[in-house]
Amino acid sequence: MIWETFKLALQSILRNPMRSFLTVLGVVIGVASVIAMVTVGNGSTAQVTADVESLGANLLTLQPGQDRMGPGNDDGGAARPFELDDVDTILKQVSSISVAVPTGSRQAVVIYEGENYQTSITGTMNGYLDATDWPLSDGRLFTSAEEKGRSVCIIGETVREELMGNADPIGQKIRLESLNCTVVGLLESKGANTFGLDQDDIVLMPFTTFARRIAGSDDVSSITLSVREGYSTDRAIDDLTALMREVRRIDEGEEDDFSVRDTEQLANMLGSITSVLTGLLSAVAAVSLLVGGIGIMNIMLVSVTERTREIGIRMAVGAQASQVLLQFLVEAIVLSALGGLLGIGLGLGMGAVGASMLNVPFAPQPGVIALAFGFSAVVGVVFGYFPARAAARLDPIEALRHG
Amino acid sequence: MTDITRVYGSGEAEVRALDGVSFDIFPGEFVSVMGPSGSGKSTAMNVLGCLDSPSSGGYLFNGVDVAALNHDQRALLRRHYLGFIFQGYNLLPRTSALQNVELPLIYKGIGREEREARALAALDKVGLASRAHHDPSALSGGQQQRVAIARALAGEPQVILADEPTGNLDTKRSVEIMELMVELNQQDGITIVMVTHEEDMAEYGKRLIWMVDGKVEYDRLTTRAA
Repeated sequence: MIWETFKLALQSILRNPMRSFLTVLGVVIGVASVIAMVTVGNGSTAQVTADVESLGANLLTLQPGQDRMGPGNDDGGAARPFELDDVDTILKQVSSISVAVPTGSRQAVVIYEGENYQTSITGTMNGYLDATDWPLSDGRLFTSAEEKGRSVCIIGETVREELMGNADPIGQKIRLESLNCTVVGLLESKGANTFGLDQDDIVLMPFTTFARRIAGSDDVSSITLSVREGYSTDRAIDDLTALMREVRRIDEGEEDDFSVRDTEQLANMLGSITSVLTGLLSAVAAVSLLVGGIGIMNIMLVSVTERTREIGIRMAVGAQASQVLLQFLVEAIVLSALGGLLGIGLGLGMGAVGASMLNVPFAPQPGVIALAFGFSAVVGVVFGYFPARAAARLDPIEALRHG
Repeated sequence: MTDITRVYGSGEAEVRALDGVSFDIFPGEFVSVMGPSGSGKSTAMNVLGCLDSPSSGGYLFNGVDVAALNHDQRALLRRHYLGFIFQGYNLLPRTSALQNVELPLIYKGIGREEREARALAALDKVGLASRAHHDPSALSGGQQQRVAIARALAGEPQVILADEPTGNLDTKRSVEIMELMVELNQQDGITIVMVTHEEDMAEYGKRLIWMVDGKVEYDRLTTRAA
């Protein structure tokens, strides 16, 4: 009987395919948006995690000031910068730190054979590439002599492309503002980071050269560190904080005027941002699913009125009220479940397109898909029940006389 | 089918559609019910068809007191013992003749293959087997009514209740329908109760009940039976 009812429902849905489709459109869109949102959201979260890990697993950054927002934020002048001596002090006194290099950066125009390109110049030392786990694809690191102030640089893939296309950059001379420098190395491509910034859009040079010739001061705007293998990041941060408070003569009870950021913390922060966003968007999508359900109820009610005579005929040939109720209920459920299936297809499609547009992995969640489908069937039950009951309560005589 | 008595009055200030009507209908009869508009003949049919229950009085169908049955029990009674034919045919639109005829069998819980066979047999009996897959809208009025008769037949009822079955048909089609009804009555032994306001159609029955103002005015044999 259930199977019969199911087939009957399918028949009456297919009898008017256009209207059936419009009826479930709301559910289709609702399910599709929930699935697309969650799929893209999860992809982003996975991407963020992968990105942050690509920064270097044990990477710490010491910055002046307490600002904890995204990287690359050079904190307002109010906070004192570090000094070159601080770097040595850290290396000598904090055993959990294996790499500590001064880092400063600044935007500048690079010129090569008439090509101009604005990029980010970072002054640092070889240790930076260890800490950030960033290998070279060509050329070599700085020699210790060069690190003392020679005009050499290592460039990122994007800078190479912009200035020289596919040509071999090693040994070429490029001009940074008033400084001519020789390219000694090419960084392996890392692609865009979580914020969409192109990490390959960079020129590295020895910190001393950068301080003297580009920045014009010895101030160290941040220190890039790496936690020694086998030591906990928390321990390293504690040691570092204690040392820096001492070096910077911060009294007990006063706030730090610097901050240590680690990649894990960054990953957590970004992860929580993306999941809050995903949650919000999914909630909006869920509301549209609810609205879709109301659409189904509306059409089913109209359908009961339109089909009053049919209901009367069914009752005359022996249908019980419960069978009429079941018929309309099953019809609503089948309708919204079909909508759910369409929505899943559409949602996965949208998710795939969205994921490829945002350059994040396509990460569909079977659990969420099942949930959205189940929810659409529940929408059918809830919003189908009222019209179905209205149909079942019809008086057969009145129903037959109708229309 | 035995012994039906029924008195029906609907409240005090209400219209008394049926006012103390009593008659018996025996198995195998062909009864025509006539009367002017508002005489209560349709109401009488609804009560007979277990679509309505009397507000007072008793109605025994095969010895069962219908007044004491609830909605679902009456639905079961309709399902197993009764067949309906209406003036307006009442076929499901956008549904083939065959599927229309299958409808009562679905509610009887009969499997698909047997259902189709029985529906086809019923259509064959009314001479429409070749139109089984036509939509009602593609059939003439007479053909539609014959599909409706096939639907009533498919459930293998003891009684067929026909409410002005020829009301929408021209004389030639009406005669065809009536001849079919007589055949069902005589060959298959199905009891037929038919409401009509056409005297010559009523004459196809064996017995005529004439109603006025919710009462039976007279109850006699037709000239055909006499």
